[in-house]
Amino acid sequence: MFDDTTGGTLVSHRQRIWLYGVGILALLFLIFPIFIVVPMSFSDSRFLQFPPEAWSLRWYDHFFSSREWMRSLRISLTAAFCTMLVATPLGVAAAYALHNANARYVRHLQVLLIMPLMVPIIIVAIGLFFVYARAQLVGTMFGLVLAHTMMAMPFVLIVSLAGLQGFDMDQEKVARSLGWNRLQSFLRVTLPQIRPSVVAGALFAFITSLDEVVIALFITGGPNSTLTKRMFTALRDEIDPTIAAISSMLIITSLAIVLAAALAGGKRRKRS
Amino acid sequence: MNLADQEAAVMRDERRERIGLLTLALPALVIIGLLLLAPLAWLLYQSFVDQEGVWTLAHYARIWNDPGYRATFVLTFEISFLVTGLAILIGFPLSYLLSQLTGVWAAIGLALVIVPFWTSLLVRTYAWLVLLQRNGLINNTLIDLGLISEPLTLVHNYSGTVVGMLHIMLPFMILPLYASMKRIDLDLMRAASNLGAGPIYAFWQVFFPLSRAGLMAGTLLVFVLCLGFYITPEILGGGRTIMISMLVQRNVELYFEWGAASSVAIVLLVMVLVVFWVLNRFLAVERVFGGR
Repeated sequence: MFDDTTGGTLVSHRQRIWLYGVGILALLFLIFPIFIVVPMSFSDSRFLQFPPEAWSLRWYDHFFSSREWMRSLRISLTAAFCTMLVATPLGVAAAYALHNANARYVRHLQVLLIMPLMVPIIIVAIGLFFVYARAQLVGTMFGLVLAHTMMAMPFVLIVSLAGLQGFDMDQEKVARSLGWNRLQSFLRVTLPQIRPSVVAGALFAFITSLDEVVIALFITGGPNSTLTKRMFTALRDEIDPTIAAISSMLIITSLAIVLAAALAGGKRRKRS
Repeated sequence: MNLADQEAAVMRDERRERIGLLTLALPALVIIGLLLLAPLAWLLYQSFVDQEGVWTLAHYARIWNDPGYRATFVLTFEISFLVTGLAILIGFPLSYLLSQLTGVWAAIGLALVIVPFWTSLLVRTYAWLVLLQRNGLINNTLIDLGLISEPLTLVHNYSGTVVGMLHIMLPFMILPLYASMKRIDLDLMRAASNLGAGPIYAFWQVFFPLSRAGLMAGTLLVFVLCLGFYITPEILGGGRTIMISMLVQRNVELYFEWGAASSVAIVLLVMVLVVFWVLNRFLAVERVFGGR
């Protein structure tokens, strides 16, 4: 007998137990490697084991007491913060323009603006390396922020466009017809209503910059290396447990940011 | 004011509006022009000239004639097809299951896909390096279970690259698939069963065709991202599994061969843009990256 129907067909849960099995295995495959790193980072041993034989904070201590690591951390955080501050307004402005412009050429501009996500990152990186070598921007914070802004802008654009699509532009027209200028109307009427999207876009910009590796490999170096570049170099040579400690902290950071973005987005859905 | 004047005024306003909007998008466009399009144009130029600046097709001929280059292209395609195929095999059933879960289970299931998606690529690659190493968790577990006596070489080779890439790519397959499956009206399946279709028949005749756009989008997206993938194959391949992106990197950083690097980059870029162009017919490109 069918105890229940699933997926609109007369298949019982028991009959498709294989589907649940495959699903659970696939989810484990996705999440397991990430969660296993965290306990390993608290190991006392030079060799990463699970479960660790003795627990300690020595790899965290090693990270926070190393001048090189701290310098890289500072560089990465500064770059991510500045990228967020630059990419967010630029992305929102572009989204506003695309949303309000007439349909014909907009489609092409939109593709152009998300090109940085389509071109393989290694090609973007060698191109930037070439331009920066001539403009003397290699190894500078300005160059790094500019490059990361280009990579982060598309995310802000996409998220803001989605936000604008759920917003009734007539409200802004009303504000303008009542005497506010375009900027005032945008700042006081439109922006507060698409704020969840803008916040999510800003958070994505931050994490895009923080996690970016390949461009940093080419345009930063020596003492000015970003955190991810230093990690990359370190783990090509050996499996240093310090990397596990840093990885755990990056995992927590991503988790917090995705959660924050999801909460911002959740508020948006409730309102509309 | 007569009609012609009014029309002229409206036209003027519209033009001013257009220019104003374009100005807003200008900073973004300038950055992309200077930091992306200009370097690409320069790479295109470099790929057609030799060291003296004379026009030549030698760089492209090398890709075709040099066995090392050709092997790299073949290997890249082989790995990309393999990873894409595995991603379909795992991603399709998982997306199907996720699309039918409800309430808290749906939220948990989706979170388990999205959290890895947003975790640093480098961290995930590192995690696999730790798991797959000689004394890593997987080897130790297999030895403890008595399945093997000697540790297997799981990383710094072909299989390590494939496993790591699969892990990174899977969410890119699942998210478009999930989105397209979520839109399928399950009443259609009920209708099919009412009309006498068995579950398997109904699945292939009704559900599968409706999920095909998502499947195509996920497949093309994973494939195109595999073609240009750099970080994971570089770390997990251990220098033995050379993909196209690594050929570009080595030509720039080790040999300072901009001509060779440019030609490889241009060929890769053309392949990638063609796939995106096809992909765009199934799913607007901006939607593809919507989740990330």
